[in-house]
Amino acid sequence: MNDEAILEINGLKTSFFTDDGEVPAVDNVNLHVKKGELLGVVGESGCGKSVTFLSVMGLIPQPPGRIVDGNIFFEGTELTKLPERKMRSIRGNDIAMIFQEPMTSLNPLFKIGNQLTEAIRTHQKIDKATAKERAMEMLKLVGLPRTNELIDTYPHELSGGMRQRVMIAMAMICNPKVLIADEPTTALDVTIQKQILELMKNLNEKLDTAIIMITHDLGVVAEVCDRVAVMYSGKVVETADVKTLFQHPKHPYTKGLLDSIPDIRQKSNHLYSIPGNVPKPGSIKSGCPFAPRCDYAFDRCLADSPELYPGENDDHEVRCFLHAQEESETQ
Amino acid sequence: MSEPAQQPVQQKIVKKEKPSSPWRDGWRSFKKNKIALAGAIIVFGFVLIAIFADFLMPYGHNDQQLIDRFQPPSSEHWFGTDDFGRDVLSRVILGARISLMVGFTAVIGSVIIGSILGVIAAYYGRWVDTLISRIFDIMLAFPSILLAIAIVAILGPDLQNALIAIAIVNVPNFGRLIRSKVLSVKEEEYITAARAIGMSDFRILIHHIIPNSITPIIVQGTLAIATAIVEVAALSFLGLGAQSPDVDWGKMLDDSKAYLVDAPWTMIFPGLAIMLTVLGFNLMGDGLRDAMDPKMKN
Repeated sequence: MNDEAILEINGLKTSFFTDDGEVPAVDNVNLHVKKGELLGVVGESGCGKSVTFLSVMGLIPQPPGRIVDGNIFFEGTELTKLPERKMRSIRGNDIAMIFQEPMTSLNPLFKIGNQLTEAIRTHQKIDKATAKERAMEMLKLVGLPRTNELIDTYPHELSGGMRQRVMIAMAMICNPKVLIADEPTTALDVTIQKQILELMKNLNEKLDTAIIMITHDLGVVAEVCDRVAVMYSGKVVETADVKTLFQHPKHPYTKGLLDSIPDIRQKSNHLYSIPGNVPKPGSIKSGCPFAPRCDYAFDRCLADSPELYPGENDDHEVRCFLHAQEESETQ
Repeated sequence: MSEPAQQPVQQKIVKKEKPSSPWRDGWRSFKKNKIALAGAIIVFGFVLIAIFADFLMPYGHNDQQLIDRFQPPSSEHWFGTDDFGRDVLSRVILGARISLMVGFTAVIGSVIIGSILGVIAAYYGRWVDTLISRIFDIMLAFPSILLAIAIVAILGPDLQNALIAIAIVNVPNFGRLIRSKVLSVKEEEYITAARAIGMSDFRILIHHIIPNSITPIIVQGTLAIATAIVEVAALSFLGLGAQSPDVDWGKMLDDSKAYLVDAPWTMIFPGLAIMLTVLGFNLMGDGLRDAMDPKMKN
């Protein structure tokens, strides 16, 4: 049971319909998360990682956005066709989400306690006193001190790190099975980042909640995740368990990303970077979207779109013709 | 010995820490603004005068003493008397009640209608927004007093209709204000966060969007009361508002315009009353804006 996917995304395509026509922000994404797993989703800004999971939550602003194609299964239920009312009972209750900016993710006009009890009372019919107790319990669980005073404070009285803890408490209060964390540590300074990451790893172990960590920080991924999906231009280009990805990256983009991390052991005046820029979504009509920036690109890369090919082990998949070749050569 | 002395000190600190709410913070910075406070005192003074008018009026507002016509200010008639020998002070006092009441009611009316329309426009968007916004645009294309005159002309001249006219004229100001505010609040991350915990759209609107959109309305409302008072006075001055025997500052100005040279006090005091009230509301409104707008604070 533990190995079964709790959340499965199949061929998801989410587009935004602008004046310039259809812009596919997410194109044919396949991903799955197992129960209690910590999945990292990495990629540059605008590669579609946030849009993928906003699609899962049913929070794509509509219009201009729309899920054009594909399925999202949560415990066997298809989410993309679910009516809004049913989707609401899943949101927050079964799948929760936290956001990048802890400074603006809490309503400035209400006390922390009110916001936490509101979160739980949206889904469970319990009285205010019980909800308040549960809120205090939750605040303690995320490592906040003096919880009985804290629930009477307003968001502006807390620091960024404390607010992110409150956000995590709010997301976890209904004991969701999946927590989507959209760059939860990007806006925090490094020491607080480490604390928040440890907290999330703890919660993952303690409560067996699957956590999807959306980030552009490979350090974060190495620190906490079990498995990683690398996204580029609306597509998943490589998935693997953390060890394999860091030791045997296959996709040229993943290699480039890993090479861009400065090595603390070597003194260097020059930082490696992948040449070129991320293409505008929808601007590449044919071929591999990474081909124009790729050192290894050959004719086929510009003509055809690569599939996901198997890599080192069962969990490893690469969207690159280089490895399609390898496969056919070995056969 | 020093240990027991420390404990009460600690307790004091804990007790002093009142939870600071955004409203309390606003009030704190408002109190510091002396000019705004002066405005608030003027407004509060006029409100008291309006409430206790019956006790403050030395004479009945329609008591005519024809022998005492056009008496200049004296110890008996502080503000003098008018063409029918009526006490100007008494009429100014009672006029405060009518002017303020009409000002308040008209603004509350336009705030409520404007807010509802503005929220609907911002929230539903698309053609609903286009329809409501264009209606606002059309209304704003007319000079407000002209539109008010037109409305009174249709409804018939009396004080209540003047009030309705002013309320209608001010609707687009509030509607546009709250529409733009709701549009920006809607994009805030805590609204997405509220949706992510599974709250219904209606609950988010009532609990999160409206409370966060309301501050500019309070500020604009205070400033609009001043304008509304001037507009009521203007309508009454034109004979479209208060009708005899009702008394209102604008009506007093209208009644006294023929005697401007011979008995200037009949015009000066109601005019002064209008000026002071408007000044009070404007100073208070500016102070409220400074206190409530976080951008001005930093």
